[in-house]
Amino acid sequence: MTFLGMPAGRGNLTGAPFPEAARTALKDAQLRRNLAKATTTIRAKRAGVVAELPDWAELRAAGAAIKDQVLADLDEHLVRFEEALTARGTTVHWARDADEANRVVTDLVLATGTEEVIKVKSMATAEIGLNEALAAVGVHAVETDLAELIVQLGNDRSSHILVPAIHRGRAEIREIFRRHMPGVDPDLTADPRALAEAARKHLRHKFLTVDVAVSGANFGIADTGSLVVVESEGNGRMCLTLPRTLISVVGIEKLLPSWRDLEVFLQLLPRSSTGERMNPYTSVWTGPTEGQTSHVVLVDNGRTATLADPDGRAALRCIRCSACLNSCPVYERTGGHAYGSTYPGPIGAVLSPQLTGVVENPTLPFASSLCGVCYDVCPVAIDIPSMLVHLRGRVTEAKRTTPESTAMRALAWVMSDARRWRRFTRLGKFGRTASRHVPLPGWSVARDVPRPPEETFRDWWEAR
Amino acid sequence: MRVALFVTCLVDGLFPDVGKATVRLLERLGHEVVVPAGQTCCGQMHVNTGYPRQALPIIRNHVKAFEDAEVVVTPSGSCAGSIRHQHADVARGQGERVLAEAAEETAKRTYELSEFLADVLGLTDVGAYFPHRVTHHPTCHSLRVLKVGDRPLRLLRAVEGIDLVELPAAETCCGFGGTFAVKNADTSTAMLADKMSNVIGTGAGVLTAGDASCLMHIGSGLSRLRSGVRPLHLAQVLENTR
Amino acid sequence: MSARDEVLARVRRAKGPDQPPPVPRDYRAAGTREVDLALFAERLRDYRARVRVVPADRVAETVAEALRERGARTVVAAPGTPPEWAPAAIRTPVGVADLERADAVVTGCRVAIAETGTIVLDHDAPDQGPRALTLVPDYHLVVVREEQVVAGVPDAVARLAGVRTQTWVSGPSATSDIELERVEGVHGPRTLEVVIASHMMGGTDRNDDSR
Repeated sequence: MTFLGMPAGRGNLTGAPFPEAARTALKDAQLRRNLAKATTTIRAKRAGVVAELPDWAELRAAGAAIKDQVLADLDEHLVRFEEALTARGTTVHWARDADEANRVVTDLVLATGTEEVIKVKSMATAEIGLNEALAAVGVHAVETDLAELIVQLGNDRSSHILVPAIHRGRAEIREIFRRHMPGVDPDLTADPRALAEAARKHLRHKFLTVDVAVSGANFGIADTGSLVVVESEGNGRMCLTLPRTLISVVGIEKLLPSWRDLEVFLQLLPRSSTGERMNPYTSVWTGPTEGQTSHVVLVDNGRTATLADPDGRAALRCIRCSACLNSCPVYERTGGHAYGSTYPGPIGAVLSPQLTGVVENPTLPFASSLCGVCYDVCPVAIDIPSMLVHLRGRVTEAKRTTPESTAMRALAWVMSDARRWRRFTRLGKFGRTASRHVPLPGWSVARDVPRPPEETFRDWWEAR
Repeated sequence: MRVALFVTCLVDGLFPDVGKATVRLLERLGHEVVVPAGQTCCGQMHVNTGYPRQALPIIRNHVKAFEDAEVVVTPSGSCAGSIRHQHADVARGQGERVLAEAAEETAKRTYELSEFLADVLGLTDVGAYFPHRVTHHPTCHSLRVLKVGDRPLRLLRAVEGIDLVELPAAETCCGFGGTFAVKNADTSTAMLADKMSNVIGTGAGVLTAGDASCLMHIGSGLSRLRSGVRPLHLAQVLENTR
Repeated sequence: MSARDEVLARVRRAKGPDQPPPVPRDYRAAGTREVDLALFAERLRDYRARVRVVPADRVAETVAEALRERGARTVVAAPGTPPEWAPAAIRTPVGVADLERADAVVTGCRVAIAETGTIVLDHDAPDQGPRALTLVPDYHLVVVREEQVVAGVPDAVARLAGVRTQTWVSGPSATSDIELERVEGVHGPRTLEVVIASHMMGGTDRNDDSR
């Protein structure tokens, strides 16, 4: 079923089938160590600061409900937001999809005459592939977040929403800097402090000289037209403050109805993402500041298609905290590249197929053991496991008859009647048939196949 | 109390000893056990693999089989979870309002074994004796769908003679996830490897859990490694007496 | 159809017909908790910010002492800060290049949050100055008056309604991008020093709210 013909999103949202991509990642022992270390650390920090708040459950319920309110009247909130922005002197642009958003931004950038823009870490611009679009018109986009810089210098891809270079260890980062960072000290050590200092020096000149910045936004406040960027390093503040032109690319679901709602999200987000009571810097601006020119690009790119699915739209509550990635046993082992999308991990497994349509991303809904940790840690209570199950249904519906669907239908016929089921099990067929007809090659690589018993439970029971 | 046992398809066909142990335990505790003849499967595999339409007749069959039961007990956290959190939704999703309501009624009377022992019977000590070193895997659906908390551990701690050792990273999934273990075999194997190394590291001779499916998964891996660790369902530990 | 009209039309078609239930705000709301000044100082120290709690009438000498210890020679201050805080500081508008050369910046703040150790700057307030002022120099000394400290995030959000341009500062600049290990000091000031002017310590607060 397509949802009322709502067009799908495009951009960096698809990759190789998950099982294949995961197989490659799982063989990388260095990656496994990096991921295990990083996610174990962050999980403990998150658990500690969440446990500090006696009203976490209430904040979570409020956060989910506020986002649901936004989605229920999204058109009205968007119009109010646009009015507030315009009244304050910000120019508002709209984009149906990634291509249009890229066109809007590149046109704005080209009009300034700059050859370089500095960027605040932004999921929306990664999703639409803005850096590539800018490069195509001769503009170099400089990523200023440390992890994004590591990814950019290493000609690599992001593997995590919050910490895009989580798959890299310190020694690898030193190598990337030594090879690709102009003017870097050849004796640079792998000490994280030395690496951060090298990035500081490298970017300082850019901050002070580049005149156009591109950002995303964590929140847009509909009633005031305020934009909010939550960050740690100060690179965001640099980009938002120093250049004369600021272009902010914002997904249409990023709104909060009113200023007061921040009291919920500024508690939920930092504790869920970096495991801090508060992130070092949060910038709020309402209209252009200190002589700047400011633009906001509101992007759909599959969000309305997601909104149209009553069982899937709660994925739009996501505030990109990464708690589900950090807690997921699948993510911890495969890393983010296996998901093939800007949005990896459990939230990516539900969001990416909805943004692109499930046909473009048919393996992601199955990239989960449904263990439920993601739902437990989600600060806006997105029931990811149920949503995965729902999307699996849409995937099987979209496919035509497969060996699997034939087997499942046959098994359903057997299992919906006790006599048929009985005949099936009594003949000792359960195990043998399962191993013959259901493809089990993966299973028996590392596991013995259980032997069917001499007597079923039912036969024992009746003979008793 | 008259207890209707939902033995589950996996236990019926592959692990009958788990069903036998559940019957013996409940009878030893003075309850009458019945096994409604119409039962087959909860349909969870179909639902979770993306076949809700095929699951519907299985759910209908389940609800009908247990419609007269006063209380339903099942030795599986994930089947109890499916009954409580999926049945009505799947039915409603396909416009089956009457079935959805009936499924909700059945769900209200359905308990996973440790819930039944702890909450309905109010028991901690079931009078078991099991002089072995045991470690316990809590299983994802018991923990996070049913929220059974430490009920299984409380029951195990009260077992006479038991040497219960803590399983590191106990709450992490073993990687089974039904058809996940087949569709994403490599990832599942990586998760299983970590679970097994944690189990083996405890030095326990017995691994116990409240779900035959997770035990089948971890047990099949431990067997392949010739590890010598025996997978036993919680009911199989609790049924033993001196 | 314009992109605007088309996106809005899609939203109208896509959104559900049902109104979701009202937002349950059962969390600890603004005005429900006492301020704990000691907790504020402790949370700041958790971020490895330097904290000095002094009576209100000793702020000026404490600022001088802090700047001396820092060895700060070129000091800029937000134009509206009391002149007795760092009397030698530059209080006229300065460009980014000059800020780069400054050893320290001194400002006040609008509100501070005890539970999270957060200090919020209002960039339209003369004693807090434009955004670049507190961003470019490597050392930021901020004076927080006791009555500016609130208990939790909701209290701060309530006080900040209508404030156009804000920076929420919680400790010095930091990153966790390398193996999720926290490293202080990337682009923002690497050192945050906080002077808390307390009434409880016998001082009297002579400074009116700058707003």
